[in-house]
Amino acid sequence: MRLEPRSNVPVHLAVLAPAGAVVLALALTAIPLLWADVPVAQAYALIFEGALGSRFALTETLARATPLIFTGLAAAVAFRARLWNIGGEGQLYIGALAAVAVGSGAIAAPPMVMIPMILVLGALAGALLMLIPTLLKLRLGVDEVVTTLLLNFVVLLFVSMMIEGPMKDPMGMGWPQTAPMIDEATLPKLIDRTRVHTGLILALVAAVVVWVLVNRTTWGFEMRAVGASPAAARFAGMPVARVMVRVGLISGALAGLAGVGEVAGLKGYLTLDLSPGFGYSGIVVAMLAQLNALAVVVSALFVAVVFVGADFMSRSIGVSNYLANLIVATSLLTMLAASLATRYRLRLR
Amino acid sequence: MNESVNRKPEDLVLRLRGITKQFGDLVANDAIDLDLARGEILALLGENGAGKTTLMNILFGHYVADAGEAHVADASGTLAPLRGGSPNASLLAGIGMVHQHFTLAENLSALDNIILGTDSLFRPWQRQRDARRKLAALMDRSGLLVDLDATVATLSVGERQRIEILKALYRDARILILDEPTAVLTPQESESLFATLRRLASDGLSVVFISHKLAEVLAISDRVTVLRGGQVVANVAAAGTDGPRLAEIMVGRPIPPTVRQPMAPGEAVLELAEVHVPGEHNRPALTDANLKVRRHEIIGIAGVSGNGQAALSNLICGLAAHDHGRFEIFGRTAVVGSPGRMIAAGVGRIPEDRLHDGIVNGMVVWENLLLEDYNRAKFVRAGFLRHGAARANARQVIEAFDVRCPGPEAATHLLSGGNIQKLILGRVLNREPGLILANQPTRGLDIGAVTYVHSRLLEARGAGAGVILISEDLDELLTLSDRIAVLYRGRLSPAMATEDVTIRRLGLMMAGQTSEGAAADAA
Repeated sequence: MRLEPRSNVPVHLAVLAPAGAVVLALALTAIPLLWADVPVAQAYALIFEGALGSRFALTETLARATPLIFTGLAAAVAFRARLWNIGGEGQLYIGALAAVAVGSGAIAAPPMVMIPMILVLGALAGALLMLIPTLLKLRLGVDEVVTTLLLNFVVLLFVSMMIEGPMKDPMGMGWPQTAPMIDEATLPKLIDRTRVHTGLILALVAAVVVWVLVNRTTWGFEMRAVGASPAAARFAGMPVARVMVRVGLISGALAGLAGVGEVAGLKGYLTLDLSPGFGYSGIVVAMLAQLNALAVVVSALFVAVVFVGADFMSRSIGVSNYLANLIVATSLLTMLAASLATRYRLRLR
Repeated sequence: MNESVNRKPEDLVLRLRGITKQFGDLVANDAIDLDLARGEILALLGENGAGKTTLMNILFGHYVADAGEAHVADASGTLAPLRGGSPNASLLAGIGMVHQHFTLAENLSALDNIILGTDSLFRPWQRQRDARRKLAALMDRSGLLVDLDATVATLSVGERQRIEILKALYRDARILILDEPTAVLTPQESESLFATLRRLASDGLSVVFISHKLAEVLAISDRVTVLRGGQVVANVAAAGTDGPRLAEIMVGRPIPPTVRQPMAPGEAVLELAEVHVPGEHNRPALTDANLKVRRHEIIGIAGVSGNGQAALSNLICGLAAHDHGRFEIFGRTAVVGSPGRMIAAGVGRIPEDRLHDGIVNGMVVWENLLLEDYNRAKFVRAGFLRHGAARANARQVIEAFDVRCPGPEAATHLLSGGNIQKLILGRVLNREPGLILANQPTRGLDIGAVTYVHSRLLEARGAGAGVILISEDLDELLTLSDRIAVLYRGRLSPAMATEDVTIRRLGLMMAGQTSEGAAADAA
């Protein structure tokens, strides 16, 4: 049995492979479920019901997908240029912190001013945070995987310090949280009395913008060349360092926007449980989407379905919602296998 | 074309019948028959993509043939079928292969490399003593002398090749396959390799010698099998043929000889005066180099690889900066250390490592053709790439430079070496550079592509470019260059008119003699 490279990938395969990967992942996850004597079909049915089965479920899924699209894009952009930004979580929190700093009463202005301002500041905060590891990598050759990862903890501790100290809500009954965002700095709801907010629209716009940037602009051309072959890009006269800095800033900004959306669209104030690891899930989302910005939307929705649905399933039949992690992780593995299958032909001899 | 070479079956050590291998739509090997006799040196001649390497990879078990069978003689001389798809089975059957790119562990000693994988890992001391005894006998018999305790990293290319051959002999190879063995050797080293091979063959070893260099094929082999498009198109005794005839069979059409018309040089496009470039990664620096390149002139740079070519090339490519001396291009002080500035100044650069530096692996043909031009006004509108213009540009270059590919959307890394080089050539020459640096522009290419690259370089010279041609192929230098300078240990000799130079004189200068001394010795 051996693999031989395909000279061209048939279209039907490129579409079928990811779908097949998801089905295979569900089949594989069924094995531990059977082992644990869980009614598999019922569990899966409940997951889909919980995520897609009602208007409320759908809106919950969309709300959950919103930050995942942003962090997924952040990872996809960076990974495309082989800048391994594992710091989405930290950039998300620093973005949220920047939004809260001006949006919770420090400045009062109409929404037309407040909302763009918190978006810009949040993106800027995330971008500047990512600038540190990028420059360290370029100037001193420090591995950005390590620095971005560790910065996550630095940022979390910093946020913790701020919400326990200077930015603690005086009306918060002593809870470690910031003052709530003022109404002018709150992202409007898309659908009343649900949690879906205009951040979703922003995320979809961001996905299109990133796709166009990567695939249609000279900047994107440079990013892809630097990512695929730094030596050839440099030989061809591309400003490799400048491209890396640009990519780092864009990636950090996208993750920062995820934080703004969560704090200004969903939670209303900043706590330490703002993100259940959206920064890390973004990496999975990006990998599932094979770093394609438009596919990030689909893969973020998929991950959101699994997580929201698993919570529902867990409440209904008492199977741990940890199953969601299992499904997503298995999907990632089967997706890698599927991508191998699209690029190579399996030959049995 | 096939002269019936009648052999008694008991002489055969290898018999291939109907070997067929298909990759997608490409038939790499099409019903190939091949016989190899004991003590015979068979040259497998063919252009890149003719199927030589595929055939040998099937024989060595890297690939499995779709159809056909292989029989190999065992120790007693009886032909037995070879199990396909297993390098181990091939090794046990007595097939040894020396790859074009050596497969040695650089941090181990020669001895360790040779015995690596031949035994179980138990009782290493026992293994070493026996191995040394066996190798001493082998070296004595073959004349392949190697310091067994030297670390491979410290050894020259020629020595590494000897280790590879010893490695095969140590495993009792009765058939030795050499893939382009002279590509990395100096003329003198090639001679000594040939002497060794003749000695081994007279001792009963059968050799398959893969090459696309006609002169050496005629010099070393008893019989020549020519492949073209995956088929055997000729099987002739070496004594009964000649170079031009083989070339025609190999390419399938007559090859016009490359002729350089004398031209009057124009103004200087590059001038180096007392230039010093520090060496990188333990490679030698370029020391006090003086060189002047004028329009309508090709300057050849001869020398054994690793004598400062990288420093010279990097300086002109914009990858390195000199630390003292004067470096002018087109009469102005050059801005060094930036490939982009060099391109903008009108320097065309053909990199030595075309796969690493010349193309971006994951990008398609039109993107790779745009690498140096994507910022030009005609390809950009408000920061957006004009895909239509870029594809049109690609189609024009593909057409003008005869890049054989399915189209602008083809994956670049799946093209053959020759077509990748044509692509790079097209990208570079399309800008009509006034100064061209071509670093090993024909290394590893087949005759068709080589002639093409040569004619394009001569054409650029005719159009008014000054060309620096760094090459290890002396015939190429003598054919193309108006003047030739030799690099030895970072020192560049004065450029000599090609008419005053012989291969022998160049060989001596490449080994460190001064130009006057070499001239006297060569006379």
